[in-house]
Amino acid sequence: MDVLMLSRLQFAAATMFHFLFVPLTLGISVMIACMETAYVRTGKPVYKRMAKFWGKLFLINFTLGVVTGITLEFQFGTNWSRYSAYVGDIFGSLLAIEATAAFFLESTFIGVWHFGWDKLSPKAHAASAWLVAGAGNLSAIWILIANGFMQNPLGYEIRNGRAELTDFVAVISNPWAWNQFVHVVSASFCVAAFFVAGISAWHLLRKQNVEFFTKSMKLALSIGLASTAIVAIQGHAHGNLVAKLQPVKLAAMEAHWETTRNAPMYLLQIPDEKGEKNLVQALPVPSLLSILAYNDPDAEVKGLKDYPAADRPPVGITFIAFRLMVGIGTLMPLLMLFGLLKRDTLASYPLYLKALIFAIPLPYLGMQAGWVVAEVGRQPWIVYGLMRTADAVSPITVAQAGGSLVAMLLLYTLLGAAGAFLMVTAARKGPQDA
Amino acid sequence: MLETIWFVLWGVLWAMYFVLDGFDLGMGTLMPFLARDEFEKRSIYNAGGPFWDGNEVWLIAAGGVTFAAFPLAYATMFSGLYTALMMLLFALIVRGVSYEFRNKVDSISWRSLWDACHTVGSFLPALLLGVAFANMFHGLPLDEQHVNQGGIVDLLNPYGLLGGVLFVVMFAMHGALWLAIRATGDLKTRAAATACKLWPAVLILVVAFLAYTYVHTQLFGNYMKNPHLFLILIAAVSGLVAARLYLGAGKLWKAWAGSAVFIAGVVMFGVVGLFPAILISSLNPAWSLTIHNSASSALTLKIMLGVTLVFIPLVIAYQIWAIKTFSGPIKSEADMEY
Ligand code: HDD
Ligand code: HEM
Ligand code: HEM
Repeated sequence: MDVLMLSRLQFAAATMFHFLFVPLTLGISVMIACMETAYVRTGKPVYKRMAKFWGKLFLINFTLGVVTGITLEFQFGTNWSRYSAYVGDIFGSLLAIEATAAFFLESTFIGVWHFGWDKLSPKAHAASAWLVAGAGNLSAIWILIANGFMQNPLGYEIRNGRAELTDFVAVISNPWAWNQFVHVVSASFCVAAFFVAGISAWHLLRKQNVEFFTKSMKLALSIGLASTAIVAIQGHAHGNLVAKLQPVKLAAMEAHWETTRNAPMYLLQIPDEKGEKNLVQALPVPSLLSILAYNDPDAEVKGLKDYPAADRPPVGITFIAFRLMVGIGTLMPLLMLFGLLKRDTLASYPLYLKALIFAIPLPYLGMQAGWVVAEVGRQPWIVYGLMRTADAVSPITVAQAGGSLVAMLLLYTLLGAAGAFLMVTAARKGPQDA
Repeated sequence: MLETIWFVLWGVLWAMYFVLDGFDLGMGTLMPFLARDEFEKRSIYNAGGPFWDGNEVWLIAAGGVTFAAFPLAYATMFSGLYTALMMLLFALIVRGVSYEFRNKVDSISWRSLWDACHTVGSFLPALLLGVAFANMFHGLPLDEQHVNQGGIVDLLNPYGLLGGVLFVVMFAMHGALWLAIRATGDLKTRAAATACKLWPAVLILVVAFLAYTYVHTQLFGNYMKNPHLFLILIAAVSGLVAARLYLGAGKLWKAWAGSAVFIAGVVMFGVVGLFPAILISSLNPAWSLTIHNSASSALTLKIMLGVTLVFIPLVIAYQIWAIKTFSGPIKSEADMEY
């Protein structure tokens, strides 16, 4: 393997691993802040116990999110130095703003929150929970503006052999970035909702701490239904934007080879990348693809064959990841809706409670699949239409890139296993007395 | 002008990182020598517990600002020092999780595993950063394309290693002072005594480092041209002397502040000596990266200056508040979260 491939694998491994922890942080931090606010408002100790119990799981997750984030901050320099030099004028400042505006706040107040149970008043403690939650979500805005620039570069001019910033407002109001923000944050709330619902279901099945977990479950179900609905509905708008700005990605997402009007969507489809066709193509829903992409059944949808092969992303991976995400996105609101309808008699639906436990990984899978669609589907570009991934890689040796990849995979596997073990242990143990 | 302001800010952010993370890295390095029992070990974790993450973000900010203000320098520095940087990151990763993981399983071998990670993960970053900065003070073999022709082994030259040892010992003293502030009982006494014992070693190392710098690098050039700049060095040395005097008088906070001034002074001494270069090419001075050939556009520098001037003072204010609120003595289990 060459340095390019090794660096791509390393970047994918590093970000995808980071993104196992990020969504739970974004969602559960807000849920915990809500619990503490309820404690301040009502004075009921159960809310404090809730914040402490979910907070313990949150802290394990948070630490893993933090340490894997540091790697990412430096990966652009280590593995993508030509990219960094070429777009650093714009991209670097977004990362720096993220650190100064969000990470400091988040990481200082997580310490305050963790150590402040006895040192701060309940109000001040709840305020620190909100600061942590707010700062985490703020960091998401900045990093997604950075990623938005890679997907849909704006506000720059090529000068002095690099991309230089000309319009900061255009960069930060990039519609792509804001679409991603709504999509990613609402998806993160799905992760947190399913996490809390699944663990609560496990305890409810065992009839332990029933009041505690019923309250947690209800909070999770209502946040869950709202956020799963937003993800799916807004995902459609997101698709419209992809169709407009990166039509070749859209064609890959649907394995759509020939340009057609009234393009149907096939429920069953197996793409054959080499043969530039689909091996299997069955159960068409007439005009659905045209509608999904352009909200118009007559719209023409460009096919992959209209683009030179060198400008097409890998079709198979993009297609499967998109199907997986949308499938999960359809299933999740149904699960949440059922629970919400039966919220007062959940104990009589043990099968549903069991399903909730097994549903915990679903939104995680959706997240990973979504990023694969966005990032693999953007290939061969590192900055869409502006710079190719192959031109972005650092002048390092295969031994360096390969060595660090192997070391990272080993370290991350061990950390992931240890983290999962600790979370499961703490989740099973249940709440302690506050 | 903008580039010069950014160069100074760049140095200040690194200095802040070394002052703040320096104390937890130092405590972690000293842990096997200082802690005699489980309670003392946990005291060390908790002495840094509320702060380590906030401290580490200074590294992220320093890296981010290098990227934003001098992208070409960021690209060259981190790809050129690839292996060293990866080792630094992995060390910081295991150090970070050791805080959270160590006390979650009641087993001796589990705890000793994370204690080992904590110590190695604290010692190695100090060493690597010292080696890296000393090599940057001297210059790296950058070719015309700014590609580093040397490997990790070339970094381990005598000057680089001296820089590494200086950083390790300097942080160890800084950490011992912090622990003396927060620990109680025997551990407090031992920490203060250790800081006392490390002090002469720091003095000898820093004098040796300065002398070596004088013969081996061009760093003193700016100081000869503009002798006012020697104030930085004087401030650093005064900080070191003050640390010892206050320690002798039992004024621990002031001793720690003296040590902070010393660390910041050492870093700023080197950074100012580099000016206007960020990365010197030891092969040909014309191939160096300076604030002129690696800076971002004026617009980016202006926007980032605005952002920095608003947020960094704010960060310093709330971090000082957090340090004041959470630095009480660790007397019992009730003062511990880790
Ligand atoms: C949508 C949100 C999102 C995305 C796409 C990313 N991150 Fe992240 N990151 C977060 C949301 C986040 C967070 C929620 O704010 C974290 C997770 C856990 C935490 O402590 O903060 C975080 C932590 C975190 C940290 C540690 C901060 C600390 O020490 O407190 C760094 C340095 C990064 N990230 C950097 C990156 C980079 C360079 C990314 C791009 C490749 C990236 N993150 C993708
Ligand atoms: C955290 C969520 C993210 C995940 C899970 C993710 C996933 C991926 C994956 C799977 C790849 C490999 C694509 C390939 O090589 O085929 C990739 C590449 C890349 N992504 Fe992302 N990404 C994420 C966020 C980001 C963000 C926020 C940025 C920029 C700020 C970014 C920048 C890049 C870069 C520079 C590459 C390497 C070049 C490339 O292969 O395209 N990614 N990412
Ligand atoms: C029916 C529902 C959904 C639709 C129509 C949809 C649509 C989309 C589209 C079109 C993209 C690609 C954007 C790009 O190329 O940048 C995307 C990306 C993504 N999706 Fe979805 N999605 C749905 C459900 C979900 C679910 C359930 C999750 C996770 C729980 C999820 C998580 C993501 C993530 C993390 C990304 C990458 C970031 C981004 O580009 O916004 N999506 N989605």
